[in-house]
Amino acid sequence: MMKSINKKTAIVAVAAILALTMISCKNDDTTPEMPSMYTQEDQMGRPAINTVFVGSSMKDNFNTTAPSAQGAAYQSAFEARLLALNPNYSTNALGLDAATFTTVLATDVLSVSLDGTTTFFDGTNVLTGRALADDVISVELLLIFGGSDGSENPGLTDDHVDSNDKAFLTTFPYLASPW
Amino acid sequence: MAAHTLPIFKSNIMKKKTILLLSCAILFATALIYAADHIDAPGVTETTSDITDFYAFQSPENNSNIVFVANLQGLLSPSASAGATFDENVMVEFNIDTNDDAVEDLVIQCTFENGMVTAYGPVAPVSTGTSSTLVTSANTVSTNITAYGSNASIGNQNGVKLFAGPRDDPFFMDFAQYGEIIAGNASSFNDPGTDTFAGTNVMSVVIEVPKSMIGGSGTINTWVTSNRKQ
Repeated sequence: MMKSINKKTAIVAVAAILALTMISCKNDDTTPEMPSMYTQEDQMGRPAINTVFVGSSMKDNFNTTAPSAQGAAYQSAFEARLLALNPNYSTNALGLDAATFTTVLATDVLSVSLDGTTTFFDGTNVLTGRALADDVISVELLLIFGGSDGSENPGLTDDHVDSNDKAFLTTFPYLASPW
Repeated sequence: MAAHTLPIFKSNIMKKKTILLLSCAILFATALIYAADHIDAPGVTETTSDITDFYAFQSPENNSNIVFVANLQGLLSPSASAGATFDENVMVEFNIDTNDDAVEDLVIQCTFENGMVTAYGPVAPVSTGTSSTLVTSANTVSTNITAYGSNASIGNQNGVKLFAGPRDDPFFMDFAQYGEIIAGNASSFNDPGTDTFAGTNVMSVVIEVPKSMIGGSGTINTWVTSNRKQ
């Protein structure tokens, strides 16, 4: 009797172990992988915006604030920074006063046209994208320091580095091979 | 101030310029960091998630496509470039807003694993804002991460092209002279200037997608983010 109970126990135990093994095998085969979750550390829309307009204590916060929340959080600080940089700022070559200009800048997204020329500024088109060869720093210096007709502070409106040190490619991936 | 001023006011102008430059110096003395976004913030400076630059333009090869470029890990010397790698725990996300509310309607998510780069999308995100979930159900394109000194490895799937690897930094600027101006040591840029980024490399992700996948026509807003795996 005792033997038979022991046997039965053994059989049940073996069955249980087998069942557990099978369940765990089945789990391995069918359980979806846990979704990969990520937390934002850095972001960028237009060139040099964080660099020029965001105070050092706020840079990490700016990088982890969604663009839809940046305008309300940073516009006034951007305007103060612009007027400190250029106390004579009235309007720029785009005709934007300080409040309007910094309202545009504080939401740090790059607008891109899907209908034609894409350039930061090419003399005709304004803020329709950013191409590799665009001299974006001189454009920004002009808009910050150049006044309404671009003629003010002539020594500060162009860094006189107008092109890259290596030719871009005409085919994908367009960026030049590394040095 | 008018652009053309009588000579009698010149000293006054000089004073104003000095004040302007001093203001610059005070404002930026603690913020001597590299443009365009190179090493822009203490939390990410010199880390594998530091975005140096972002470009978005119509494809030079195909007017029906848009090219997105994200550059990371700036100012790599040629000798440092061979050993530079993408962080497998960092996902690079291109965000696309198609209705002008600065909230992403579509994302392209790029991951780096076992020497391969994979781009998911363009696809609607699981959630918007500063937390992201990889959309594994999206269309993907993969290719080898191009090694330093090798020909570019290009993925091409569903009309989407993908590249990842070291490239010449396409950014150019006389950042050194900018620093001198901000520090009050110079009153203007030099002509010609000197490209501070000449001879340096970045880790680039380049993706080209049909416009039809990102809104088709009109204007989109875009930005790039780097995101660490939780």
